[in-house]
Amino acid sequence: MRYSAFSIVKNALSGNLDWKPAWRQPEPKPFYDVIIVGGGGHGLATAYYLAKEFGLKNIAVLEKGYLGSGNVGRNTTIVRSNYMLPGNEPFYEFSMKLWEGLEQDLNYNAMLSQRGVINLYHNNSQRDAYIRRGNAMWMEGVAAELLDRAALKKMLPFLNFDHARFPILGGLLQKRGGTARHDAVAWGYARAADRLGVDLIQNCEVTGIRRENGAVTGVETSKGFIGCGKMGLAAAGNTSRVGQMADLKLPIESHVLQAFVTEGLKPVIDHVITYGAGHFYISQSDKGGLVFGGEIDGYNSYAQRGNLATVEHVMEEGVSMIPGLSRVRVLRSWGGVMDMSMDGSPIISHTPIGNLYLNGGWCYGGFKATPASGWCFAHLIAKDETHPVARFLRLDRFARGYAIDERGAGPQPNLH
Amino acid sequence: MASLIHCPHCGVRPSQEFSIRGDASVVRPAPEASDEAWHEYVHIRSNPHGRHREHWQHVAGCRRGLVVERDTFTHDVFSVTDGAAVAREGGR
Ligand SMILES: Cc1cc2nc3c(=O)[nH]c(=O)nc-3n(C[C@H](O)[C@H](O)[C@H](O)COP(=O)(O)OP(=O)(O)OC[C@H]3O[C@@H](n4cnc5c(N)ncnc54)[C@H](O)[C@@H]3O)c2cc1C
Ligand SMILES: [Zn+2]
Repeated sequence: MRYSAFSIVKNALSGNLDWKPAWRQPEPKPFYDVIIVGGGGHGLATAYYLAKEFGLKNIAVLEKGYLGSGNVGRNTTIVRSNYMLPGNEPFYEFSMKLWEGLEQDLNYNAMLSQRGVINLYHNNSQRDAYIRRGNAMWMEGVAAELLDRAALKKMLPFLNFDHARFPILGGLLQKRGGTARHDAVAWGYARAADRLGVDLIQNCEVTGIRRENGAVTGVETSKGFIGCGKMGLAAAGNTSRVGQMADLKLPIESHVLQAFVTEGLKPVIDHVITYGAGHFYISQSDKGGLVFGGEIDGYNSYAQRGNLATVEHVMEEGVSMIPGLSRVRVLRSWGGVMDMSMDGSPIISHTPIGNLYLNGGWCYGGFKATPASGWCFAHLIAKDETHPVARFLRLDRFARGYAIDERGAGPQPNLH
Repeated sequence: MASLIHCPHCGVRPSQEFSIRGDASVVRPAPEASDEAWHEYVHIRSNPHGRHREHWQHVAGCRRGLVVERDTFTHDVFSVTDGAAVAREGGR
């Protein structure tokens, strides 16, 4: 059923009893042309574009839990394309453009809200670094604006402008950046993929990858063996674990990142704001809760829960940037396990194994990439050819010395 | 992770006093080793789900380098050993 204003009225008149489930619950077939491992945002988007843009038919997504149980349902929902390096920026801008048409394309309300993303600066050298970043964005055709203190005071009067140690001098604004409803993105892609015949198989954990003569032939799962022609890995925080099933050597460590939400408030924070004196970012959800987060906890972890020391640190940063936050009650906090890559940038790539393709290394920034990641990964799988905007994101860049290190932190995952 | 860490030199201390460098299992190759060997040392990590040996430093305490054995899923800490002592015994 197509969702529309008409369908809402029609279903209301029949007591809302006729809505159909958004997707089927199929049993796995013995063989698929393409199997995608991982039913997060990237896996679902990949399956959708494989069917829609590249005309493939016999596709399955295997998910060990329920759809959207991973990071796609745990992130702080920020979408933006304000990267600096030429290996990243065209890719994220491609994603931003796909976001702008996504809801019409999927026939699903993903609540994309282009409310503007503002990165604050606190000293002259930081301002210069943001000018440089803004100019790098303009070189890729992406608008960026530098806001001075007066402009910022008008827009965000609640900030701690006269902080003794970290006064706020201005910010870099990407107006087209903002947020999207994370669950709705997973559900929208799932429903749209299902409507094109993709089998979404939940509670189906991949436990082994079968190979013959250097090429994959199928997967062992908790629902038995399933054969395939090609296979795409999109397991986010578990990339190393599924990669190990095919003896892949990967430049990835799994780390935990926490996020927080407060009680609902009247509209107070209209933008996404990031602190420049520490790793802290905040926005307000449509329900009114303030959604915020900080840095990763800093040690390898596969547990979807974080450390109290980090909780304290994030709260301190928040109150340092917006003193009024100290009056707000936090409702919940949670953690997600992310695939931190050695240079802080993602991987969409062939692997040394035939018919096996890799999507991973998204760190804490893969939600915004969901549409472009799905599109480029589908392109790679369908045509066996790298998509032009993802050409720098190959796995072999590490061995060849072409790391894409936005932060300049070196091969140290807990510093990206 | 545990809030308290038992430093072999300073005793029980809050975990915030320590900084974590990461995987202690990778070994620096000889300077003239192959590009492949250097690539694996710099970039490739086994990233286990379970026991993991790590290089830590007690930065707000004795400032010694330490080797900590820890579970990456349960977050249990099994042992904290002085880094030099581990190296002398041929471990890392
Ligand atoms: C707290 C937090 C905040 C974040 N904030 C932002 C943000 O503001 N903006 C942004 O752009 N990004 C953000 N991110 C990062 C973003 O959420 C991730 O990079 C992105 O969601 C990863 O891709 P995914 O959606 O496909 O991952 P997931 O949703 O994690 O999908 C991977 C799936 O693979 C499944 N899987 C794993 N192993 C197996 C197996 N063996 N068999 C079958 N299935 C398996 C998992 O169950 C999971 O559902 C944040 C992340 C976290 C944790
Ligand atoms: Zn000590």
